[in-house]
Amino acid sequence: MRDMTGLTPKSTSALRTVAPQEPLEARLETRSEERSHEVDHPSSLVAQFDAARPLHLDCGVDLAPFQIAYQTYGELNADKSNAVLICHALTGDQHVANRHPVTGKPGWWETLVGPGRPLDPSRYFIICSNVIGGCMGSTGPASLNPATGKVWGLDFPIITIPDMVRAQAMLIDHLGIDTLFAVVGGSMGGMQALQWTVAYPARVFATLAIACATRHSAQNIAFHELGRQAVMADPDWDHGGYADKGIHPHRGLAVARMAAHITYLSDAALHRKFGRRMQDRELPTFSFDADFQVESYLRYQGSSFVERFDANSYLYLTRAMDYFDIAGDHDGVLAAAFRGIKTRFCVVSFTSDWLFPTSESRALVHALNASSARVSFAEIETDRGHDAFLLDVPEFFEIASAFLDSAGKARGLAAVRGG
Amino acid sequence: MNMQQGVLPLNGFSGGEVLAYRPDHLLVAGMVERGSKVLDIGCGDGDLLQLLESRGIDGRGIELSREGVNHCVAKGLAVVQGDADTDLVDYPDDAFDYVILSQTLQATRRPKTVLENLLRIGRRAIVTFPNFGFWRLRLQLLVGGHMPRTDNLPFTWYDTPNIHFCTIKDFVQLCDEIGVKMERAVALDAYARPLRVAMPWWFWNMFGEQGVFLLSRAEKGR
Repeated sequence: MRDMTGLTPKSTSALRTVAPQEPLEARLETRSEERSHEVDHPSSLVAQFDAARPLHLDCGVDLAPFQIAYQTYGELNADKSNAVLICHALTGDQHVANRHPVTGKPGWWETLVGPGRPLDPSRYFIICSNVIGGCMGSTGPASLNPATGKVWGLDFPIITIPDMVRAQAMLIDHLGIDTLFAVVGGSMGGMQALQWTVAYPARVFATLAIACATRHSAQNIAFHELGRQAVMADPDWDHGGYADKGIHPHRGLAVARMAAHITYLSDAALHRKFGRRMQDRELPTFSFDADFQVESYLRYQGSSFVERFDANSYLYLTRAMDYFDIAGDHDGVLAAAFRGIKTRFCVVSFTSDWLFPTSESRALVHALNASSARVSFAEIETDRGHDAFLLDVPEFFEIASAFLDSAGKARGLAAVRGG
Repeated sequence: MNMQQGVLPLNGFSGGEVLAYRPDHLLVAGMVERGSKVLDIGCGDGDLLQLLESRGIDGRGIELSREGVNHCVAKGLAVVQGDADTDLVDYPDDAFDYVILSQTLQATRRPKTVLENLLRIGRRAIVTFPNFGFWRLRLQLLVGGHMPRTDNLPFTWYDTPNIHFCTIKDFVQLCDEIGVKMERAVALDAYARPLRVAMPWWFWNMFGEQGVFLLSRAEKGR
C-alpha cells in the first residue's frame, strides 16, 4: 500500500475532485525538486551505515554504504521496553504523524498515532522508517550510487520484504533497542510486521498485523504487473534512466497509481462516493474528458501521487511484495514459520477488502493456532475496502487499543502519563 | 447407560473466585488440570478463559461476535473470531489438552460433527448445555403449549441462535453413538448447584437445568 495523503480522514468525506489551480507540469517541477532533495537529504532523522556494516540482501548483494531515514515520536523509557515500530505500506513513508515535507499534508496514520489514539506518544516510543528501496530518504533506486556518482536507477539490487526488515533491525540496533514492544503495520506494513516476528521472534513482544497476508496472491501480483507495465510503457521512463535526464515518467506512474487505487477501495465505497455523477456538468461531452466524478477523482489521485513518488521505487517495492511468501521460505508449511514463537499476535481484516481478503488472514490465524502461538483475530465490518485501515474506523481502533493496552500491561508498561 | 457419575466439589477456589465467577464456570475450571492448554469455543466475553488463565492454564478462545472478541482482547486473552461449525476443521489433531464448549452446543448447525472435532483437537472435552428436558421447560410446552422461554433461554422461537436443543438423555445417547467416553457428568439445578450424585438419570434429565460433561476419547478396541 501507499500512503493515503489523498485520503486522510478529513478529505474522505469531501470529494477530492477539484482541479488544482496550478497546471500539473508546473507543480511537478517544483515538487520534483523537493522530492529529489528528500531522496538523499531527508528532512527526518537518518541512520548512516558505512561499508563496514553492509545490508545483506536476499538477492546475494551486500549493499553498502546505505542509509535509513526515520521518524520517532515519544520517548524511550529507562528499560527500553516501550518501543513500537510502525511499518508503512507500499508507497507510505516515515511521516506517520507529522506534516509531510513534500506534500504538506498530515501524517498518513494520524488516526492511529497521536495523543488519545491507540498509539499514544506519551506511552510509547514510536519509530517509523522509510523502507529500503523507498524514495523518502532511505537508500533506493532514486538515491545516488556512491560508486558512480549517478542515480542508482535499475542498477539498484532487487529488494525483498525480508531485506526491508533486516535493514529495520539494523536501525533498531543502532537505536540501542533490543526488544520491540510491538511491530505494527497494515498491508505491506503488515507483511513486514509478520516477517519481523518470523525473523526475530525474541525481539518482538507483540505483533499487530492489519489487512495483510503471509504471501502476495496471484491476483495481487497481476495488479502490480499492470502498474509496472504502465510505468515502463511511458517513453519518459527510458529503461529506468530518466533521472539523469531530469525527467520523470509521470504519465505511466499516474496510470499505475490509478489502477492500484481502485484495488484499495470497494465497489460499494466508490458507488457511495461517486455513483455515476458527472463532474461540473450535466450532460456528457461525448469525448474522453473526465465527465464522471470518479474519473476526475482517479486523475487527481494519479497526479498527486507522481508529485511525491519515484517511478523506479514503485517498481522495486511492488516487486518486493510480489516475492513475499512466508510459507515458501519454510517448505510450504506456514505453521512451521511460527513454531515456538512467544509473541502475542493480533490480526485484523476488513469485510470489504478484496486485495487482502479475510480468508488470507484466517489462513494466517489457523497457522498461528496450529503452531500454538498466542493469537487474536477480528474481522471488522466495513464497506470501505482495503483502505479501511487508514481511515477513521472506530471498531478497528477499539481492537487495536484493546490489544496494545493488554499487551502493555503484560509488558509492565505504565499507563498513559498523567492518566 | 453405565457411566461414572460424579460431582466435583467446588474446592480449590478462593472465596473471591467463588464470588467473582459463575458457578458453572467454577465447576468447569475445576475439571481442568493446572498447566494444561485449553481451547474455549464460543468463549463470549472471556470470563471462563480469564478464570482459567488465573489458574495457570494456557487458554485460547474462539468467538463468533466481534464485540465478544473485543472484550476478550481487552482482557489480554487470545481469542479468534470464528465459527465452531466451520473453523474447527482447520485445527490440528491433539492441539489442546482440553476443548471446552460452554453453552454453545445448542447453537451449532452440526452438533455431532462439532463434538467429534472437539475430541480430535483435544485430548478431553468439556461440554455444558441447557437441558431441554428440565421440568420447567417441559411444563411450559405441556401446559402453556408454547415454546419454552426462561431467564437462561430468553429468546423467542423465531429469533434465537439456538437451533439444536437436546436433553441430558439425548446428549448421553449421542456420546454413546460416537463412542465417546464420559469421565464425569454433572447436572446443575436452576441456581447452577450440582444435583446430588446418587440419583437416576431420569431425575437428572428432569431436574437438571444444565448438563456438564467431561469427555475423553474412547480407547481404541474397547
